[in-house]
Amino acid sequence: MIDRRPLLDIITHLVLIIGVIAVCFPLWMTLVASTHAPEALSSGRIPLWFGDRAWENFSDLLAKGLPEAGGTPVGLMMINSLIMALGITIGKLAVSIIAAFAIVFFKFPFRPLFFWMIFITLMLPVEVRILPTFDVVTKLGMLNSYVGLCIPLVASATATFLFRQFYLTIPAELVEAARMDQAGPLRFLKDIVLPLSRTNIAALFIILFIYGWNQYLWPLLVTTDPTYTTVVMGIQRMVNAGESLPVWNYIMGTATLALLPPVLVVIFMQKIFVKGLVDSEK
Amino acid sequence: MSQSRVVFRGMFLPYLLLLPQISVTIIFFLWPSYQALEQSFFLEDAFGFSREFVAFDNYAALFRDEGYLRSFGTTIWFGFSVTFLSMSMALLLAVCANRTVRMATGYRTLVIWPYAVAPAIAGVIWFFLMNPSLGIVAYWLKAMGVDWNHYMSGDQAFAMVVVAASWKQISYNFLFFFAGLQSIPKSLLEAAALDGAGPIRRFWTISFPLLSPTTFFLLVVNLVYAFFDTFSIIHATTSGGPVDATSILVYRVYNTGFIGQDYGGSAAQSVILMVLVIVMTAIQFRYVEKKVVYS
Repeated sequence: MIDRRPLLDIITHLVLIIGVIAVCFPLWMTLVASTHAPEALSSGRIPLWFGDRAWENFSDLLAKGLPEAGGTPVGLMMINSLIMALGITIGKLAVSIIAAFAIVFFKFPFRPLFFWMIFITLMLPVEVRILPTFDVVTKLGMLNSYVGLCIPLVASATATFLFRQFYLTIPAELVEAARMDQAGPLRFLKDIVLPLSRTNIAALFIILFIYGWNQYLWPLLVTTDPTYTTVVMGIQRMVNAGESLPVWNYIMGTATLALLPPVLVVIFMQKIFVKGLVDSEK
Repeated sequence: MSQSRVVFRGMFLPYLLLLPQISVTIIFFLWPSYQALEQSFFLEDAFGFSREFVAFDNYAALFRDEGYLRSFGTTIWFGFSVTFLSMSMALLLAVCANRTVRMATGYRTLVIWPYAVAPAIAGVIWFFLMNPSLGIVAYWLKAMGVDWNHYMSGDQAFAMVVVAASWKQISYNFLFFFAGLQSIPKSLLEAAALDGAGPIRRFWTISFPLLSPTTFFLLVVNLVYAFFDTFSIIHATTSGGPVDATSILVYRVYNTGFIGQDYGGSAAQSVILMVLVIVMTAIQFRYVEKKVVYS
């Protein structure tokens, strides 16, 4: 604090409190709506406090799903989301760690070409090449499978750059020492580079997990079989469930389940998450 | 790339290490993009049996199509609304949080969590809050005399998706603004205070100009987010409607290709979007290079 201005301090806190309420209010209403019976939501008086149907709503959702929307249990959707999120995260990390290792610690023909090929993936998000990518996945027989959900998304320019950036800070003496001790490149990767990149891997893990869990368009395209539905994508079927009116208590329950895992990760690993986010955007 | 590094020798190993990344890139990124480019010059019949080379006809058709041009306008308007709304909210909150001494981390936790919420879920939540018959926000709006029904009014549906998209993005902008503000040297602000500059003056003459790299970076990131990552908000809630009012370009590509089955037209739209991403990424990286040099 540079100068004392009590009035300004009060205004500051007032703005912050209003801001925080505005940011958190939608979550509050989501949680509240998920604990009521459908009649309570449509009776005209919008409830602002929790109802008594939390247990029924959530156990119905997790075990049975919503009949109007195909009846896939949300519990199964959550498992699918988890498999997809972990598959994408671990895949991206593994692929990027070794690719960056090759680019930084080896000299070989066409190195810049590979570097640029990886770079260019930044410029080609799924959204802009939907149809042809779908064709490729169809031809490879990867529709309706976990492989199809994960593999096409594991290339990562951001992660590769981040690891490259980090490897470049590893002192040359370490490489030299490793070579003098007759350690081969793979030994060097395993015993020196990987332990040194622990915090980077952890930070990136969080960012990529959120990215993977929140995928929408991709699962929408490659899964037509409801047993592969993920929760973030599946909610849309409940909202647009044909003629029947949306069952908002169930939809908000599903929204709660869909947002809880990544939100909890952010809240409990805030420090490392912030580091990961700031690093990966450099 | 630095040249003076000590490196390993190896004939096959580096290629082997690059193989997974490069094969995924070629199969799922480069090849489909090339296909889109090629496809955009052809006209395919509905069953995919034959196709005819039509050069730039697909592109010409797009720019004659009023619906497409309207989507272009909608996208730009959408992008700038989301960017402006979420960045200004985030900056205000970051400046306030930066003024508080002890509570900053507490406020930060309460503001950053929406980052983890999927755009689709954010869309669905606001769709519920603004539901004309049972949403509380719609109820407030009606109390203020607004005849709210986003199923009927295109402008209101547009406002709803803007709010949903901005709400989710505030946390991201907040984090970067907050980090930017924290890195401004205290001595500068103290000197200005000694010269008699009040807090508002200090903000506009010192903090805001020093934040400009962050602001510019966020501007690009937010536009990219609004142009490309908001597909799910639209798809899960308004489905582009009512009457095309929220049909942004990424939604239209999907709609033309999957629902309308017009492959050439969809491919041409893809190519236009690719050019847009390439330009924006280039701007972003040019700027990043500069930042690296100056710091």
